[in-house]
Amino acid sequence: MTTRIDITLTVNGERVSRSVDTRSHLVDFLRGDLGLAGAHTGCEHGVCGACTVRLDGEPVRGCLVMAASLDGAVVETIEGLSDSGEIRDLQEAFVARNACQCGYCTPGMLVTAADILVQSPEATREEIREHISGNYCRCTGYQAIVDAVEDVLKARAAKREAA
Amino acid sequence: MNEIVTPQSLGLSREDLPNSYIGRSVPRPNARKLVEGRASYTDDVDLPRLVHAAFYRSPHAHARIVSIDTSAAMKVPGVVRVFTGADLAKVCDPWVAVLAHLKGMKSAPQYPLPLERATWQGEAVVAVVAESRAAAEDGVAALAVEFEPLPAQVDMETALSPGTVVIHPELGDNLVFTRTAETGDIAAAMAAAHRIVEATFHTGRHTGVTLEPRSIIADYNRADGTLTVHHSTQAPHMMQNVFATQLRLAESDVRVICKDVGGSYGIKVHVYPDEMAVACMSRIMGRPVKFIADRFEAFGSDIHARDHRIKGRLAVDAEGRFLAFDIDDLTGIGPYSVYPRTSAVEGNQVVNLCGGPYSFPNYRCTTTVVLQNKAPTCQYRAVGHPIATAVTEGLVDLAAEALGMDPVEIRRKNLIPDDAYPCTSPAGMKFEGLSHHQSLKTLLDMVPVDRIRADQAEQRKRGVYRGLGFASFIELTNPSPFMYGIGGAKISAQDGCTVRMDPDGSVVAMSGVTEQGQGTEAILAQIVAHGVGVPVSKVRIVTGDTRTVPYGGGTWACRGAGIGGEAALLSAIALKEQILEVAGAMLQAQGPSLDIVMGEVVDKATGQARMPLSELGRIVYYRGDTLPKELSRELVQTRHFITKEYPFAFTNGIQASWLEVDVETGMVKLLEHWCVEDCGRVINPLLVDEQVRGGIVQGIGGALYEHCIYNEDGQLLTTTLADYLVPMAAEMPDMHVGHVETPTKESLLGAKGAGEAGTAGAPAAIMNAINDALKPLGAKVFAQPFTPERILKALGTIA
Repeated sequence: MTTRIDITLTVNGERVSRSVDTRSHLVDFLRGDLGLAGAHTGCEHGVCGACTVRLDGEPVRGCLVMAASLDGAVVETIEGLSDSGEIRDLQEAFVARNACQCGYCTPGMLVTAADILVQSPEATREEIREHISGNYCRCTGYQAIVDAVEDVLKARAAKREAA
Repeated sequence: MNEIVTPQSLGLSREDLPNSYIGRSVPRPNARKLVEGRASYTDDVDLPRLVHAAFYRSPHAHARIVSIDTSAAMKVPGVVRVFTGADLAKVCDPWVAVLAHLKGMKSAPQYPLPLERATWQGEAVVAVVAESRAAAEDGVAALAVEFEPLPAQVDMETALSPGTVVIHPELGDNLVFTRTAETGDIAAAMAAAHRIVEATFHTGRHTGVTLEPRSIIADYNRADGTLTVHHSTQAPHMMQNVFATQLRLAESDVRVICKDVGGSYGIKVHVYPDEMAVACMSRIMGRPVKFIADRFEAFGSDIHARDHRIKGRLAVDAEGRFLAFDIDDLTGIGPYSVYPRTSAVEGNQVVNLCGGPYSFPNYRCTTTVVLQNKAPTCQYRAVGHPIATAVTEGLVDLAAEALGMDPVEIRRKNLIPDDAYPCTSPAGMKFEGLSHHQSLKTLLDMVPVDRIRADQAEQRKRGVYRGLGFASFIELTNPSPFMYGIGGAKISAQDGCTVRMDPDGSVVAMSGVTEQGQGTEAILAQIVAHGVGVPVSKVRIVTGDTRTVPYGGGTWACRGAGIGGEAALLSAIALKEQILEVAGAMLQAQGPSLDIVMGEVVDKATGQARMPLSELGRIVYYRGDTLPKELSRELVQTRHFITKEYPFAFTNGIQASWLEVDVETGMVKLLEHWCVEDCGRVINPLLVDEQVRGGIVQGIGGALYEHCIYNEDGQLLTTTLADYLVPMAAEMPDMHVGHVETPTKESLLGAKGAGEAGTAGAPAAIMNAINDALKPLGAKVFAQPFTPERILKALGTIA
């Protein structure tokens, strides 16, 4: 049985209103209702992190948040983070280090990595590894991802010092 | 042959040869879309009138299907149609996965959905099609399927016992295939041996866990009789053939489109019955049908791999020379051999690869491949290699211990000399050129063995147990038709590339090999840029569309660079020659006196710029009237490549693992990992290193964490990512990668494969390191995954 509920929220800076199936999740809503296919479904039970997006400033699992709970929320996805340029340095580091292979985990990994840049600007390699442990990557073996995040942390620190 | 001019080969810098992209760490041109969320995976594709499929899957390991009542499901809002096995069999012929060159191999016919019996828990039995996936799942929940549970044959050790359940009675027994390779005189070698070491090894059944689950959209268009399939696959042309053959269509009426693929590792190169069911349903309904496996379905119906028990013996003389390997392998493959590669190849690879890095006279290896009521197994990254390497390298370390020799010394004594090639192994594998000793030397330059041994001794005094383990390996790459084609499988070993210059001087290359994240498109762009003489930014690569790219095999068994790359190089060179012929006519010069450098036709001798390719393109495409009438002006060239001299291009390498075992908890902490591999010509060092690292971590997964665990009734217990553990970032070590380059002489490019080396050697290196750590405590482990429980059992801490 399906029932629907109306929600109005801000997604990537744009106000959207939709009637959503009460059993659908944030990632289904983004992909199915809004056509924002950058967040991916990998396990649909909150383990793999492929659906990680930003909700009210915090990284969340898109498969563990009910769409019906999003009235008034602010959601940012990889599409919005790309358009705003907020993580351009991180994206460039991922390309330079080949920190993505198949790319399926990458949008979620970037949202989590962006959180490190803000929360732990002096994170060590071990702390980076710990922080991204909720995001599975099956291709890279993680080292290039850690390298890329470390590069950006160092570059941002140098920039801060210079300023 | 085999002389591509690179800056390195001439002792020049890159700037001296601006054209050369071979050997450079060029970033992948298609990576930007991945980091911006602009990739297009199969589930991202939407089509008009699309409906979604969900499957009712067998809750039993073995059961007769008594009845299927679809009436309640059909009343569920959104449900469009329900299909049973009998419905789909009307439009689809069954397939039998055997290969003629694997003598005596047998398997049963398989249908998209079973007609009478379910033979593993997780097998799709009924399909529901609805306007959304959620509605289709509601429909599945409303199905009433009655089963008569049958006794299940679960344990491979009893598969051939008298009175056992025969899964397919028409086959007579559960034996799929057996083969023994034998060279020399095992009995005499054993009798004459100074020492014989032996052990029984287990590799745990595990699976690929592609983060993007298996995904397919089939779209049969009744109006023009075409079937278009959007498919997350490694082998689009193979699937085109399979869909055409089984659904009784012409190959030219089937088009397989494969855009971005979210991980494959061998999982997406097989024919899955539920995916065939999707094609059948679209064929019947005349509209697009989408199926995206969820994680539960993936664990229960993706192919599993490496469910082996191996008994091994190694005989050595008093000096530590290897006299004989004697191996007995048993593997359970589920209820069907998987089409079209078959599930006997993994065991067959164990026979081909055991003892592979070493020189020794006597060899015997048997594989026995049996049926069981578990999910089917088939080829997963590094097929058979991690098994053969674990057995070989485990025995080598046992021999070293028995003789009181250093593990490095015993390897150095027995590795095939670097000047012994070409040669043939006791298992019959032909080696064109390997570099075991150079690789060992390179590894020892990287691994600080003395410091590690000193640290190990110091730590042991404090009750901390650390170990260092080594594993040499060989890897089979660039397969010829000897892998599948000679057995009758319609799997192309040949691959092709079409390279075209557009009017503005930019270049488009269409290749039969595919991209699943390895960087195939990046290396093809580098090769084409190198071959034509244009900046890599001017090259656009097209893969994954059987309607447009030359017929080829796709990407598997480490063939993308070696086969697809060579086809790209040959077609690029052909295009360059054609361009220069036109340029010669336009410039009144001899073609050979001209060259193309960074998109400009130049005078070869002086380097002086003569004409940009955009000008040549303008004339050819728009003012062809000004060119000589007889001048050939085909600015598009296609070449194919297939290896002819050797059945496979073997590569080699060696890994080392340094780790710590917590003897209180049984937990293994990986400290550092090294790998030296020789994949021939390295086209892009960054991409090769990352292939090796990713491969190592998949090997680590199988060695320490990953296990598809079944209970005695054949129920899979590990069906979520919370139960089935895959490597996470925090547990993984930093990995150091080194290279030796022994190009294959079969091609101009000289490239061999690199994608499976990491997975081939890592489990053996870890096993040997754990056993090195535990040596003072007299404990050893040989059964993967090396879980805390197994380590504590080996230590006698728990029963």
